Amino acid sequence: MTTPVEQERTQPEAVGEEIAAEDRPWQTVVWNDPVNLMSYVTYVFQKLFGFSRDKATKLMLDVHHKGKAIVTSGTKDKVEADVAKLHAAGLWATMQRAS
Amino acid sequence: MKRWIRDGDVVIGRLDRQEAAVVRGLVSQIQDMLLARAEEAPQDELAELTGIRTGSSEAPDDPILGRLLPDFHRLDDDVPDPDEVNSAAALRSLHEPELLDHKTGAAEVVLQTCSPDGGEIRLSIGEAEAWLASLNDVRLALGTALDVSEDMPDELPPEDPRSPHLGVYHWLTWVQDTLVEAMMP
Repeated sequence: MTTPVEQERTQPEAVGEEIAAEDRPWQTVVWNDPVNLMSYVTYVFQKLFGFSRDKATKLMLDVHHKGKAIVTSGTKDKVEADVAKLHAAGLWATMQRAS
Repeated sequence: MKRWIRDGDVVIGRLDRQEAAVVRGLVSQIQDMLLARAEEAPQDELAELTGIRTGSSEAPDDPILGRLLPDFHRLDDDVPDPDEVNSAAALRSLHEPELLDHKTGAAEVVLQTCSPDGGEIRLSIGEAEAWLASLNDVRLALGTALDVSEDMPDELPPEDPRSPHLGVYHWLTWVQDTLVEAMMP
């Protein structure tokens, strides 16, 4: 039932591509949803990430108008922890490799 | 309900008996759903030995639980990336037990601090944060059940079966919004 670690991949990948992919940082993406309050999303960004009111408001408005915003980026561990915190706050967040 | 106010390290609100019953009823229901999900987590001997808990690797079928416990990657493409499908399963299994603890714990704070009789509610900052998270979970659940959209009207036609519930949803929105305002740094 459970797969607590990533399963081994059988498909071979080109070495060059793999290195390029490993170099790209991870990003935390917050998606727009019709329930979360604009005020609450701003509050969560300030509280979880220590952003200024202005920065938190700008990111919240990006989520609202553009449908999503990248709120943090960095190592896989950092971004994974940020997504977990956003889930605890009830925001719709996912992680992805920078393209 | 009057709007929440903050007085130093205390956040103060007031609910009448009926309002307290609505809040407690909805928060209990969400807590029960989350506790039932936690019960479904696979038990394994290694987890008992190491103390590292693993949750389910599969997303809930129920849309409300699905919204409260989202995937770590977007998997709603027509053909999701198989690496991301595997990664999302592994990350869910790793993080879901803690997320469930967080949400059921926040619900418990509301039930402990909201008297069934209503009346004044005095919260520490930590308790007020738990109220915010728990009210948000209730609104996410109701919003999912009512299929709320961005341009949802304040009122639905009376023949719409969602009509009476939408009033509760909008009231909870107001309660949460004034609590955010009181808490905003």
